[in-house]
Parts: sequence; C-alpha cells; structure tokens
Amino acid sequence: MRTITVEEISSAICRMAVRACCELPKDVCAAFARARQQEPSPVGRGILEQLERNADIARTDGVPICQDTGMTVVFVELGQDVHITGGSLEDAIHEGIRQGYTGGFLRKSMVAEPLFERRNTADNTPAIIHVRIVPGDRLRLRLAPKGAGSENKSVVKMLVPADGIEGVRRVVLDAVLAAGPNSCPPMVVGVGLGGTMEVAALCAKRAAARDLESCNPDPRYAALERELLELINRTGIGPQGLGGRTTALKVHVEWFPTHIASLPVAVNINCHAARHAETVL
Amino acid sequence: MISEVKRITAPFDDATARALRAGDQVLLSGRIIAARDAAHKRMVEALDRGEPLPVDLHGAVVYYVGPSPARPGFVIGAAGPTTAGRMDAYAPRLMREAGLKGMIGKGYRKPEVVEAMRECGVPYLAAVGGAGALIARCIRKYTVLAYPELGPEALAEMEVEDFPAVVVMDCEGGNYYEQGQAPYRQR
Repeated sequence: MRTITVEEISSAICRMAVRACCELPKDVCAAFARARQQEPSPVGRGILEQLERNADIARTDGVPICQDTGMTVVFVELGQDVHITGGSLEDAIHEGIRQGYTGGFLRKSMVAEPLFERRNTADNTPAIIHVRIVPGDRLRLRLAPKGAGSENKSVVKMLVPADGIEGVRRVVLDAVLAAGPNSCPPMVVGVGLGGTMEVAALCAKRAAARDLESCNPDPRYAALERELLELINRTGIGPQGLGGRTTALKVHVEWFPTHIASLPVAVNINCHAARHAETVL
Repeated sequence: MISEVKRITAPFDDATARALRAGDQVLLSGRIIAARDAAHKRMVEALDRGEPLPVDLHGAVVYYVGPSPARPGFVIGAAGPTTAGRMDAYAPRLMREAGLKGMIGKGYRKPEVVEAMRECGVPYLAAVGGAGALIARCIRKYTVLAYPELGPEALAEMEVEDFPAVVVMDCEGGNYYEQGQAPYRQR
C-alpha cells in the first residue's frame, strides 16, 4: 500500500494544465515540421509555418497556444495498491484544474448545466474524468484539454458486422468532410471501434489523445491507421481548410471486443493543438 | 491562387467590403468588435424587443473570439477565431438590421448567411484557428463594451494592427474553401 495525498494530485494536475495549454508537446511540433516539408500547397505551408511560430510565441510568452483551453479531460490509471489521503480523488483533480486555470490565465469554458442557464462555472471545473483501476501502486494522470471546435464534430455510428472495413472508412471520411475547416485542421483523428456505444466513444477519445509518435500495437490496426490517414489526406481540405494534402497529422485507432451483432464506430477529432501532458505519481 | 497581401482598415465602408474577393490575403488594422455565441444571442434578443444594441454595428467587423485572460503586462491572452457556423443563426439579422459589414472566424457558413452576405455586401474572413498566441500580438487594445458577466464571451472592442486573415467568402458568392481545396482533392 502506497499513500498519495490529495495535495500531490492537485499540484500535479495544476502544473499539467498550464503546461499542456501553453507548451505544444514535442511530438506535435515534430509532426508540424514534417507536414510543412511534405505539403505541396504554398498556402498550406504558410499556415503550418504560422502554427509553428504560434507554438514558439506561446511557449515564450506563457500564453495558451489556443484561447480555447478546453474542457479538461483527465485519464486516470489508479493502482489498486494506492491509498489516497486527505480527500477524494475527483475533488483533488477539480482543485488542480481550478488552480491551473485561474493562476495560469487559461480560459474558463465550462458551463454548469447544458440547456437552460448555461452559467459559466468560472474556474473550468468540473474536469471530465475517466478512471481505470489497474494493478500496482502508481497513479498515472494524463491530461488532455479538448477544444469544442473539434469536439463538436465528433460522431458515433452503430454499424453492423456486414458493413466491415468499408463501413468504417465511410464513417471516418464523412466525419472528416463534415468537420472541414471548423475543426482546425490539420487534425488528429481518433477512431474507436467495438464495445458498446459509450465504449467506442471512449476508445475514440483515448485514440485522439495518444502521442503522435505512437501506433496501434496490432499491425492490422496500425495498417488501418495509415490507410485512413491517406484517405483523409486525399480530401484536399488541407491546413485550415484552405486546400492541401495535410488534412490530418495522424489517425489513431483504439478498439474493444464487441457483440456478435455490432460494429460501433466512433470518431473524435482533435484540432492541430493536440495538447496533452502526463505524470506518474 | 492567393493574391498579394492587401492592407485594409476596419470599420469597413461599403466599397472596401464589396471589393474584397475570396482568396485575398489581408492585413487588417483598426477597430473590430469581439463577440461570440452568448453576445450574439443577447444582441438578437435586443433586436426582437426593438431595443438599441449596446454597440453600433454599422460598418463594423465582428470577430468571433472568446479570448483567454491577459497575464499581467499583456493586452490579452490567446485570441484566435472560433467556429463561425455557430453564429449562423444570428448573423443574417445583424447584417440586415444592424448594418454589420464584415465577419472574421473560421469554418463553413450556411446558405442563408451567404445569401445575406450577397444582399448586404458583407465579406467573411478566416483567421488561423488555433493560432491564438500569434494573433494576440496583433491586438493593441481590448475594451469590454457590454455583457461583462459573460467573461470570455463579453462584447468587446479590439484595436488591431496587421491582423492576418484570408477572405474565404466574398459578397458575390466567391468561396475560397471550395477554390482552395479543389486542386488537392483526389477522389
């Protein structure tokens, strides 16, 4: 049994929130540089240069990369031998978000209730928290701020087994075409396959938040990721929708076992500011 | 093809607004109005009640933005464009009834917005989505004019200098999203 205090959790979350919003991760910067070298459209290359300059300015000035510092999605892997003291895990995460978004001059974008009053909570809480209990005595926290421009273009479709790979291609491509410039391309496309409706969506979210250097460990799914990327980059949408070959930087696929009658497909699009930070306590 | 960079000044007179063509790259200076979802809803509700708007929109260029807060010593935080399509429900009325003369955002617009743009001679410009830190450096002054309780969604005036944007839809129906994407589409 290992003890972790709520203060340790809050301060880790606070630091990660500010870092994720103001410092574009190295894997994303590297993807911009590669895309700029390969992009045939001069307008597209110009956009990619602006995005690289934007990331430099954000890092230097301590200003967010994008004003939409998002809903804060936190993936928690909680070792079952960890004992959290001083309060609850969720409250500790919310406290970290509160401190990070207020002290770090990040935008507060959460409304307390979605339909009637839509009053801003003024501290970006609550975070969107996904917890998995895993073996061990560590606490892994992965934080991914998620802007709404891209989130709003998410899709879940309940295909049937006969739809197969062709059905998956169609759902992903339709989602990307509908997203177009609205989701701030070049995008990162997270695809979730299998499970139930909500598991497919969660797989897509995890996929969208993965490091850009990663690929699915199953070679068949890794090949699907490459194929989907190629298809998406033939749409011509390009950086910011102004035309070009870099419509997506990466496609990530995550999957889960599913029912004999089902083939759920979820698409969660991330903008080019594919922000993420991770800490292990 | 995208043209040489044009320097333009906001607010727009009718001739400036109508002369802009899809694909024009511009550097915009002058005064623009920052407003997004909640401020648009309130302005249209004011029009419904026959009340004056909190700001005169005749000739105004509205920038769809909800900036992040300024650090001490800075004018503003990150301030890139938000998705314009969410304002489609309100934009035609602001053009027809309030004299709005330009829009800056990102993303596609509905046909009814394009129709109002033709009718009123209004261009729609795109700024680079997600380049909030870069764009912030073009903003010289940020003054909240109304609805301060909306926080990042408050109605504000911005003084900008050499704000980079591309005309994506002009008042004659020219659409640079279509023109720009077509040569790279392989399907």
